[in-house]
Amino acid sequence: MGVLIVGEKSIQTDDEGYLVNFSDWSKEVAEVIAKQEGIDKLTDRHWVVIEFMQKEFKEHGTGPSMRKLTKESGVSTKELYELFPKGPAKKAAKIAGIKKPVGCV
Amino acid sequence: MSKISIIISKGSLDGVYPGLIMANGALMEGHEAILFFTFFGLDAIIKSRMNKLKVATVGNPALHIPSLIGILPGMSSFATAQMKKEMEKLDIPPVGEFIEMIHDAGGKIYACKATVDMFHLKKDDFCEQMDDIVTVGQFYEMSLDGHIIFT
Repeated sequence: MGVLIVGEKSIQTDDEGYLVNFSDWSKEVAEVIAKQEGIDKLTDRHWVVIEFMQKEFKEHGTGPSMRKLTKESGVSTKELYELFPKGPAKKAAKIAGIKKPVGCV
Repeated sequence: MSKISIIISKGSLDGVYPGLIMANGALMEGHEAILFFTFFGLDAIIKSRMNKLKVATVGNPALHIPSLIGILPGMSSFATAQMKKEMEKLDIPPVGEFIEMIHDAGGKIYACKATVDMFHLKKDDFCEQMDDIVTVGQFYEMSLDGHIIFT
């Protein structure tokens, strides 16, 4: 278990830093996690990915596969790796406040 | 972060996919990935063949089809279609699309020079994602500081 401090609040995370409760998520929380993951500023394009991941999570209880993400969000594989370098699916999931992706692709 | 180099030496659908999935998985985890295609594995990056790979239905006991049935015309196409259907459900892309995805994610794609010479292939025969035709020595130069997996 870990704790993430955002403003005055302390938020519960698992050992890898994923939020335990999605209800704790806010845009402010996203910015804090992004910084920890080495992303200084979340741009509009980051938000396209984050919002798509949350939509999928709400509908299916899990984040999308990379293929679905790139096909349906309008963000190409290349751009995705530029936005979230070194492990886009996991990084984006963490910032989006959803569970760690379980798929192999 | 590690570097993972995967050698794909087989040209059947089931011989190629594990390496592709592992290379893509490495990239998704934030590692570097190199794919080295050799012998019949080259079919996976040859333009005219990459999307026509088939499952071997003979000499493949884990498929649970008796070899005598496996030799019947159409059996390989049938098994291939079934497997592709199941993979599509899991969002595993067709070979061509998968190679493109891996390349776009920063993975490197190489063809083995010895095999290219042996099969009299030209650079034009390969998909555009193929980065270079390299010798075994060049492959080792690129990969020895990381992990090497043979499939």
